[in-house]
Amino acid sequence: MNALKRIFGGDTRQFGMIIALVALVLFFQLFTGGKVLTPTNMINLFNGNSYILVLAIGMVLVIIAGHIDLSVGSVAAAVGIVVAIAMRDWGIPWYLGIVLGLVLGAVIGAWQGFWVAYVGIPAFIVTLAGMLLFRGANQFVGKSLTVPVPEEFRAMGAGFLPEIGDFARYNAPTVILGFLLIAFVVFSEFRNRRIEARTGATPDPIWVPITRLVLLAGAVLYVTWLFSTGRYGTSFPVSGLILVGLVAIYVFITTKTVLGRHVYAVGGNRHAAELSGVQSKKVNFLVMMNMSILAALAGMMFVARSTSSGPADGVGWELDAIAAVFIGGAAVSGGVGTVIGSIVGGLVMAVLNNGLQLLSVGADMQSIIKGLVLLIAVAIDVYNKSQGRRSLIGMMMNGLRTNQPPTTDKEISKTSEIITPAEPAETSK
Amino acid sequence: MTSHTTQTDPPVILEMRSITKEFPGVKALSEVSLLVKAGEIHAICGENGAGKSTLMKVLSGVYPYGTYDGDIIYQNEVQQFKDIRASEAAGIVIIHQELALIPELSIMENIFLGNEPTKRGVINWGEARLRSTELLARVGLREDPDTPIKEIGVGKQQLVEIAKALNKSVKLLILDEPTAALNESDSQHLLDLMLGLKGKGITSIIISHKLNEIEQIADEITIIRDGKSVETLNIVKDGVDEDRIIKGMVGRSLESRFPEHVPEIGDVLFEVRNWTVGHPQVADRLVCKNSNFTVRRGEIVGFAGLMGAGRTELARSLFGRSYGNFISGQVFKNGKEIHIRNVPQAIKAGLAYVTEDRKSLGLNLLDDIKTTTVSANLKAITKGLVVDKRKEFTVAEGYRKSLRTKAPTVNEGVAKLSGGNQQKVVLAKWMFTDPDLLILDEPTRGIDVGAKYEIYGIIQQLAQQGKGVIVISSELPELLGLSDRIYTIFEGAITGVLDKEHASQESLMRLMTSANRNGTPAAPTAQTA
Repeated sequence: MNALKRIFGGDTRQFGMIIALVALVLFFQLFTGGKVLTPTNMINLFNGNSYILVLAIGMVLVIIAGHIDLSVGSVAAAVGIVVAIAMRDWGIPWYLGIVLGLVLGAVIGAWQGFWVAYVGIPAFIVTLAGMLLFRGANQFVGKSLTVPVPEEFRAMGAGFLPEIGDFARYNAPTVILGFLLIAFVVFSEFRNRRIEARTGATPDPIWVPITRLVLLAGAVLYVTWLFSTGRYGTSFPVSGLILVGLVAIYVFITTKTVLGRHVYAVGGNRHAAELSGVQSKKVNFLVMMNMSILAALAGMMFVARSTSSGPADGVGWELDAIAAVFIGGAAVSGGVGTVIGSIVGGLVMAVLNNGLQLLSVGADMQSIIKGLVLLIAVAIDVYNKSQGRRSLIGMMMNGLRTNQPPTTDKEISKTSEIITPAEPAETSK
Repeated sequence: MTSHTTQTDPPVILEMRSITKEFPGVKALSEVSLLVKAGEIHAICGENGAGKSTLMKVLSGVYPYGTYDGDIIYQNEVQQFKDIRASEAAGIVIIHQELALIPELSIMENIFLGNEPTKRGVINWGEARLRSTELLARVGLREDPDTPIKEIGVGKQQLVEIAKALNKSVKLLILDEPTAALNESDSQHLLDLMLGLKGKGITSIIISHKLNEIEQIADEITIIRDGKSVETLNIVKDGVDEDRIIKGMVGRSLESRFPEHVPEIGDVLFEVRNWTVGHPQVADRLVCKNSNFTVRRGEIVGFAGLMGAGRTELARSLFGRSYGNFISGQVFKNGKEIHIRNVPQAIKAGLAYVTEDRKSLGLNLLDDIKTTTVSANLKAITKGLVVDKRKEFTVAEGYRKSLRTKAPTVNEGVAKLSGGNQQKVVLAKWMFTDPDLLILDEPTRGIDVGAKYEIYGIIQQLAQQGKGVIVISSELPELLGLSDRIYTIFEGAITGVLDKEHASQESLMRLMTSANRNGTPAAPTAQTA
């Protein structure tokens, strides 16, 4: 138990969500007779949920900044239909279709960001309006019909990494990708360790990072093996690749860049941020715009996978994305949340969906179970915070690297003991 | 503790006997004793974090019976309050520093909140109105009971809180920092009211940092230091004055409340001409009227004015127009006119503004020390796109050491720091922007005596480095002790400027309150108490 704590940092509870994810996978694996961890099912799981996870990445930024976006499903649908029609009727190639979709997403995002950031209308209202507006736009443009998309376009939703050569029936690009990921994890672990040592934190004994790396590398290897040994022609899906790329980019933005800092600052205390020189309007604008661009991407990925754009695409997506973010440890009041946490939250929901389907649980029970999971996950988080601990996921992400010294509820001690009485100055009361 | 129990003393209404309260890992109170006599005003003094508020929370049942050790004997009975309702039923009412009023509700609704006069479950508003009129008269508040709370000032809100307490037939009234947010005249009114209540037989416990007020109204003082009761003093019998109280609070005498400092004043660094700013909401109201002032290198310039006089408004409108509607005015730095339209430009121009409202305008309470320290100058630690976390740590650690911020590491959350240490972090944040002019708005508000001394030292050091410093403060002794020159503001206009040698509390007060605008220095007055 103690060893577990060392590896996962602090309290095992802080790793609750990852443990819950692993437990869920194992549970379903056991009770479906091994149907979960198969190449085909994992591919389904990724293809069927990657667009929600893409939305969750944008949504966590919106929620950290203290807003919400209810329009993502409608925006995705509106972009989807325009792109589909542009490719079918105007004959533009698939890559220009993607560019068109992203530009359209940016325009829609600028529209919503303008109202939120510069006019000052709460995002809830703006995006509620957007939800109606862009749903209507989808049905107006598409005349409530379903429009198919060309074969090449479908790759981004249902495609795979190509087969190169034949390495004893392993898919080469998938294997290479897996090893690159492991190399990166090892590199960043030791880099962080070096930084930790320089900044005066007491580093963990060497067996801690080693064990952690073995576990992580093992997990990556296993997933790589799963994806690379599927039916010939299938491998790691393109949608998964897009997702991994986005996660890398957005983890970088949120943790390493000034813009990321500013998003947290605006969400944590907007006034203080403004008085520190943060242009909060700009930040809010960018965050809302970014969300719509990602919604456009998600919409296109969905259209690509389902081979056509229809009038009911994206209904209810906003709720799935928001649920993922909150399961992932974000705070409703803003200022708190992580990209990785939201992805884990989204995966918990995805595995739950997938496992329950494999167990042939009806849609009614699925909905009830998902509702309870959302409530309980956030309840545990709230409880932990009220007990003076850090948030589940907040701890999970920070606790991984920093060794927080024990702190208490009481204010850090007083300053009186370091007074050095001076000579009487010229003024006294 | 040294208590005074002679035969002639009035009966004891409250005795707290060796109260010990522990939080996980910390002993907040250790064997604290408190003896309050009926009908007196009893002050509790101590630095921030000494345990005053914890003690009052034990007394009022916020920390219920069983979560602490020791006995509470109130009106000759051992009490076991299980919540705040139980203590209120016994006549103990606590008024917290953060007022517990609902801004959208009326004065009357607030007075009766949680205690509504009902007839068969229906609120009897007729009776409520009669009683609230009577209660408002008792606290000397002339306002319509239907006025929403948000439309009256903090001073009046404080009176509503007291009316609310009176409605609960209070016997023991506890006030936690009641005058912290009030201006001089409102404070005085409140203190007079407390003396009036004392005349009516209500016992009060007051927690305050304003020692002059305590000296003025309290009968006895209990001093708490580091979670222990140090001593109880009788104002009259022990001949207590402010210095005596400070000595008890910090455990030794502070020979001076200000570090020694020889100013080295250079050329004019910063000049403001004809600065006029409109109110952000009310169209034709001016918050700054044609203000002119200068700050020299190495100079500490004080700004005195009553709350609402326009000090903060002036400072914030200069700091990148972060308040109000700019109408006219020029700003010169080193003799050259500069144009500042937003906060980033202000920071670039070498301005720094430390707000009076640390918690809601100065800090992101979710952040830790290191993030806060670099937050106004992220550029300095950014390479390309990436924030250099190692540099961030080094910078923050440097300031933590040089300003002697009390925290185990710079990874500590700022929410966990005491007021004084939070203020040091805010100062570090602005020092890291390497400003030429620092505007410090109430830099020692809510900070204990020891930390104040250190903050003064930091301010003087900044001046020593050739920076200009503007200090805005409601505490005149602080301004007099710190500033080289003091401007006075009244209703948005600068009404005068006094040199250190010519300034006194009386001369400043006259300029701060009257229309005496010629700015000629008043006759020098002795400044010793």
